[in-house]
Amino acid sequence: MSTLLRLASVNAFHGPLHALKSVSLHVNRGEIVALLGANGAGKSTTLNTICGLVSARDGTIEYEGKDISSIGPAPIVSAGLTQVPEGRQIFGELSVRDNLLMGAYLRLRRRDGKAVAADIDQAVEMFPILGERMSQRAGTLSGGQQQMLAIARALMSRPRMLLLDEPSMGLAPLIVKDILRVVSDLRQTDGTTVLLVEQNAAAALKIADRGYVMETGRIVLEGSSEELSQDREVRRAYLGKDYDEI
Amino acid sequence: MEHAIWNPQFETMPRGEIEQLQLERLQATVNRVFRNVRFYGQMFEHEGLVPEDFGTFEDLRKLPFTTKADLRSAYPYSMFALPLREVVRIHSSSGTTGHPTVVGYTRNDLAHWTELTARNLVAGGVTKDDVVQVFFGYGLFSGGFGLHHGAEAIGASVIPVSSADIESQVKVMQDFRTTALIGLPSYALQIAQAIEQGDVDPNSLCLRVGVFGGEPWSEARREEIEQRLRIRATDIYGLSEVGGPGVSGECECRCGLHISEDHFIVEVIDPESLEPIADGEPGELVFTTVAKEAFPLLRYRTGDVASVTRERCACGRTLARMSRIHRRTDDMVIIHGQNIHPADIATVIADIPGVGGAFRLIVDRVAGKDTLEVEVELSSDLSDDTVSAIERTDNDLTERLSRTLGFELQVRLTEPRSLTANGEKSAQVVDRRSV
Repeated sequence: MSTLLRLASVNAFHGPLHALKSVSLHVNRGEIVALLGANGAGKSTTLNTICGLVSARDGTIEYEGKDISSIGPAPIVSAGLTQVPEGRQIFGELSVRDNLLMGAYLRLRRRDGKAVAADIDQAVEMFPILGERMSQRAGTLSGGQQQMLAIARALMSRPRMLLLDEPSMGLAPLIVKDILRVVSDLRQTDGTTVLLVEQNAAAALKIADRGYVMETGRIVLEGSSEELSQDREVRRAYLGKDYDEI
Repeated sequence: MEHAIWNPQFETMPRGEIEQLQLERLQATVNRVFRNVRFYGQMFEHEGLVPEDFGTFEDLRKLPFTTKADLRSAYPYSMFALPLREVVRIHSSSGTTGHPTVVGYTRNDLAHWTELTARNLVAGGVTKDDVVQVFFGYGLFSGGFGLHHGAEAIGASVIPVSSADIESQVKVMQDFRTTALIGLPSYALQIAQAIEQGDVDPNSLCLRVGVFGGEPWSEARREEIEQRLRIRATDIYGLSEVGGPGVSGECECRCGLHISEDHFIVEVIDPESLEPIADGEPGELVFTTVAKEAFPLLRYRTGDVASVTRERCACGRTLARMSRIHRRTDDMVIIHGQNIHPADIATVIADIPGVGGAFRLIVDRVAGKDTLEVEVELSSDLSDDTVSAIERTDNDLTERLSRTLGFELQVRLTEPRSLTANGEKSAQVVDRRSV
């Protein structure tokens, strides 16, 4: 196992707000790592900082051993690191197919058209419902379908690593289960490495190998999924259990 | 030769990855203790520090050390980082007088502890096929339980003989066909002696390996144990304050004890200047726990002197190694595996009328067994110097000290000013044992 993504003592700000306070974490090749915590803990900021959408004031961000803290979002995607943003953020006015093609934008510019077509077929295989809706406007899809599209679109850039931001948000439990199963399958079939941000700790820990717990911009716990599920503080705060139930 | 390693992922992790993991866990620990342990919260505030000031290992040096005295004044639970409802086990140091130190474990802490002692036992040559006889005490003292669970995790057949008498130990060893011994090295020697003196044919025993710790023991002692018990002996290290046994252990190369650095950050300091000491040079060991939930400690001074190297070991482990313990920085002595501080004895003596404050501890080993003689100076303004009065003082002292320490000892009363003759106090501890 080797480290694919590494953050060491990263500080980042939202205006005057110290959003990430000396955050260190790593994700090994082929691992699924969950980043847990309450709303506003800094989970999404962590992902945005990795992707170059928020700039780190200091600290180290390395992908495959190379510093990516100041190269900007596009080269980061080219390097194989792709984010699936919170709230999906698909192009509602465009068709499902066009959304998928947008995900392969950098590859199409490289005239990689044939392979892109093959990947669309693969996406349909993974999410059959998208195949049925290929020409439909993406904005008319259900929440779960939009999330599937967001993931499929991200996969179109052939990432080696996916950063998933709250894929379960606003979805029914059954659909959450489906989507997380796909994430888990992706690792099985393509060896895709995943950093998964979730408020739904129970669901995330089911598919993750390890996890980190964030609170007010700081990481307060690191451990295997098994250890984190055992942790009573995690169970109370993020698995939504009262002390009486634990 | 194939070297058995319990957890290759962590024990052979590239140095860079170990350090990344240590940094992550250190920062998470700092974030938790800052909020949850009043002692550390106040320490940070006093030093003008916030958790995010710890961006590198060097930043750890901004913090003062944590000492045994700090733990004592936190008796019993003030240093716990979690409420008791999350604690599933409590151990306590062999406290003599004053407050002992109390250490708690969560469920995860116990799982980690098992993992750590399993690593040490496998490194020391214990396998799932061994019949393991543990003669560390099972009780408040953390030795027995900690190693017991590790040996079970390996899959060995574990016999918790605990601190039973020598005869029972030998009988179990014979009848149960023990192959591996775990306990105090001095006790192993007593067992050897009993075997030699009794009508036990050493060739009828199945002993193979021994993993010993809990007190310093020299290479000469190791050789003696190996020859007399016909085993291969390795050294393990731990202290109850940082979690008990499992901190480090020798591998078959026997060139230092591998520290489980994914759980502990080790520093070596000059005990006088408190400045860091370079790798390879002896100094006081200081540990920071990075994976403990219930009882995390930052920069805990152990009082144990050793050197540390981060060079790769022939066994394949990448974990740093500490030398075997050279000595103590203070005058603590370990008798029967129990830590005795002269200061503890001073508090008992201070309560007894008729004696002055000066005393001396003579530690020896007779027939493989630790003995303690306490020489106590009679008071110079003795009001009642009749034989019966002195005898009463003698009995009183013997009784009180034995009760406090929990083992038998000799008291010898000496003439007034005999121990403070030159106007200065003589050494308080004379250790005649060859360790």
